[in-house]
Parts: sequence; C-alpha cells; structure tokens
Amino acid sequence: MSVNHQITIAGFGGQGIQFTGKFLIYAGMQAGYEVTCIPSYGPEMRGGTSACFVVISDDKIGSPIFSNPSLLIAMNTPSFDKYEMSTEPGGYTFVDSTLVDRKAVRDDVTTVYVPATGVASENGIHSLANMVMVGKILKETGIFSYELMEKVMPKLVSAKRPQMVETNLKAIRLGMEL
Amino acid sequence: MAEKVLMKGNEALAESAIRAGCRCFFGYPITPQTEVAAYMAKRMPQIGGTYLQAESEVAAINMVYGATSTGTRAMTSSSSPGISLKAEGISYLAGSDLPAVIINICRGGPGLGGIQPAQSDYNQATKGLAHGDFHILVLAPNCIQEMCDLVSDAFDLADTYRMPAMILGDGMLGQMMEPVALPEPHESKIEKPWAACGTEMKRPHNVINSLYIKPDELERIVMDRYARYRHIEENEVRYEEFMTEDADIVIVAYGASSRIARNAIMAARAEGIKVGMFRPITLWPFPKKALDRVADTARAFLTVELSMGQMIDDVKLAINCRRPVYLANRTGGMVITPNEILAKIREIKGETL
Repeated sequence: MSVNHQITIAGFGGQGIQFTGKFLIYAGMQAGYEVTCIPSYGPEMRGGTSACFVVISDDKIGSPIFSNPSLLIAMNTPSFDKYEMSTEPGGYTFVDSTLVDRKAVRDDVTTVYVPATGVASENGIHSLANMVMVGKILKETGIFSYELMEKVMPKLVSAKRPQMVETNLKAIRLGMEL
Repeated sequence: MAEKVLMKGNEALAESAIRAGCRCFFGYPITPQTEVAAYMAKRMPQIGGTYLQAESEVAAINMVYGATSTGTRAMTSSSSPGISLKAEGISYLAGSDLPAVIINICRGGPGLGGIQPAQSDYNQATKGLAHGDFHILVLAPNCIQEMCDLVSDAFDLADTYRMPAMILGDGMLGQMMEPVALPEPHESKIEKPWAACGTEMKRPHNVINSLYIKPDELERIVMDRYARYRHIEENEVRYEEFMTEDADIVIVAYGASSRIARNAIMAARAEGIKVGMFRPITLWPFPKKALDRVADTARAFLTVELSMGQMIDDVKLAINCRRPVYLANRTGGMVITPNEILAKIREIKGETL
C-alpha cells in the first residue's frame, strides 16, 4: 500500500508544535520515506498560535503545502476551529480534549479525543502533551512503531538534556496506553 | 554521499555556502530569510570567517563589494524589499566585474508587501535589477538539496565569470525542512589575479572600479562583458524535463511552483491528460533553445507562477509564440494549489486539444 500522510499540527506557541513536526519527519526519514515539514510563519505566530505541515510519502514529494490533511492534530480550540473542516473525508482528527471543550461537527472523519495536556500534567511532564498525542496516534494509526521512536528520540533531544530522551519516550508510552 | 540530515532551507543554504568557501557574510534581518543571517552569525566565528550585521541592506551589499574585491568569497542575503535596496550595489559589482553571491528568499510585493512565498521578483532578477547594461546569473532551486548544490555552483560560476550570481528562492523553500546531504567542504581552485589583496611590492596595483568617463572605453568594456554573457548563454544553461516526451501540455515552472505543479501533473495523468513539465534551473541564462525544442512536440504551454505572470514572456519569446501559452497563478503570498493548476489544465484541454 502506498504511503502518503499529510499531517497538519496546530496549537499555541510552547506546546512543541514545531518539534512534533520535526520529530515526525525525522522518524519518517529513518523509516525510509520522503519527508517535508513547513511551518506556518505568518503574523499569527506573534499572536501565539503555531502550526506546521508535514508530508511523509513513499514517492517524491511535490508540494509541501496542502489544503486537506489526512491527519489533523489540534492542540487547542482556535486550531480545532480553524482546521476542523480541512481534514480529508475518511481521515483522522486528534484533539487535545483537555483544552478543547467541544465535540467535532464532522462525522465523515475519525475524531479521537485525547486528554493529552491533562495526562502530561498528572505525570509531571507538563510540556510534553505533544508526545502523549504522538503516542496515541501511533496506537490508533500504526504510522510508526514504538521501537522507531526509541531510535529517533536521542537524535532530536538536545545533548545538553539527555534525561529528556526517556521523559519524551515516557510521554509517548502514556499516550499509547490511553 | 554524506548521511542525510534534516535542515531548514535557509540554514542548509548557509551551511553549504560556508562549505563552498564563503568567508564573509554581510546581512540584515528580513522575513522569510532571517535564518540565513542567524545561522551565519553562529557559524562564521567558529570557522574563522566574518559575519557582520550591517546597518542596512545598502551597507551590506557595499561590504560585499569590499570583501569580494580582495578575492574573498562573500555573500549577502535578503528578501524582496531588501534586494531592491541592494540593487545599486549589485550594478556596481557587475560594472566592476566582481563575483558575489546574493540570496533572494522572495516574498510578496510590491512595496513592503507581505511575508509569504512569492515569485514576483523574476523580472527584477533576470532583467531589470538595476541601472546599466548588465546581467547576473540567476539560479532557481526547487528543493533543499538543490539549494545546497546551487549555492556552491553559484560561487564557482561567479568566480569563473567574474559577475554576481543570485539564488532566487522563496519563502516556502527558505522555511521548509527536508532531508539533505550536505556537500563536503571544498576549496576553490579558481585563480583571482585581479584581486586587490596587496601587491607585496611585486606587481602593479590592481584597481577595482566601475567608473569610465570616456564613452568609447565604457562601450568597449560593456561589449566585452556581453561577449562573456553570450558564452554563458551557450554553456551554462540548466533545466530539467519531467514527462515531456509525450506531453500535449507542458507546464513551465521553477522553484516552489514547480513542486506544486508536479502534484497537478500526476493528477492530470491519472485523468488521461498528457501533461509534462519543463523546469528552468537557470533563469538567466534562460534555457531558450531547449524550450523551443519542446515546442516541436507540445501543443500548449502553461506557466505556473506565484506572480501576475512574469516568466511567461520569456516562454513566449523562447518558442516564438508558435504555441499558445497560458498562465496559472496566484500572487501576494498566496500559494497556488495543485487543484487550481489541474482546473487550468482541464480548461486548456477543452480549448486546444
């Protein structure tokens, strides 16, 4: 089966949106796929929201920008409001249900409610809701294996904070258990 | 081949410039190219090079003039409004036969415009950058790997032909992240006997100058320079063809829009419409002859541009208007979608095929 994931990741600054994008394409690259990631760099960044667009494909990637993601990650309400309608019919929408207080209006996509921020806070890893979300996505979609995450994480976490490798992996495991 | 790393276009370009021997970078921040300057600020001191944030774009290009006069590989980067400010200095570089690499990570215009990706500086780069009879080399990458490879080539071409070379990118290429194999650091073998780098009392002074008061002398120098330009037009043209052999409709696109066009081509082929792409990599020299050959078999052309249609004129000239040339475009920082291109392809099919 051909692989062509188009993933929109959106939330507010500080939620690790850009790191999540980089993490996913690094994993994709290690898995042998073509990958691109482009941040939204518009004036909205100064208002505190952040988004990036990821493509993971087994074919050469044309446009790194797309209108209809196959998978949307909405980490806050403004992002969910902005991108909910964009998800391709039959695609996935993952919502941080700790911060988003409404349900999806669409019934033609699989919407997964993940209390990512809540779970991260309860476990004392406040800043890693993004990785809890990644764990849940791994479990629901099978996009990558956990073993690949173990391989990739040390390459992306700053060498100055090696203990963060295990903390990030723990967050992924917590997400996988949800 | 080196192991692939993930880098942003702007950062990969900067690292590649250093590996190509760039030792002086003069910058001034402007979105969406600021990462070039930021990366240079971090890396240049580590390798014994010079990074200087100038007080303005005008100052930066004149610092380039000074540095490159000594034979040092020098670069500056900016985005559209900043390039306009550098224009005078680029004319002086051309008039003094000085090599230099100038990066334009293009954004929407005119005026201060916007900060999103655009290709509306095509005419400026290839035709009307500043006053006087001159050209600069213009190279247009469409992926991060090519950004790296072309910046290295740009230094070599600039030194070989003693003229400025521009990398014309856009906000999409500058900002996006993609795997890239960085080139190994390499030393240039190109001699620079003209450089004003100290005589050690062993030779006459080298003078770097663009002022020629006597018109006959200036005419001769400009004509000599144009003989060099003709040589470049014969020898340095670069382009890439994608599925053009059997194509009824040939898209002509460069940079970001060529990537988006690829998606539209695949979708059109799935519908049974034979579409291909001709991608100029050198915008000056424009691959006129190669494109004219494509017109022997193609029935219609479609330029895809993030501007109101600038390259389209070069396409019409190259093929002597012997086929209809259409335009699919967005501007102002709006990025055209594959579906918009596909709609245009269907329209052309209805009209001309």
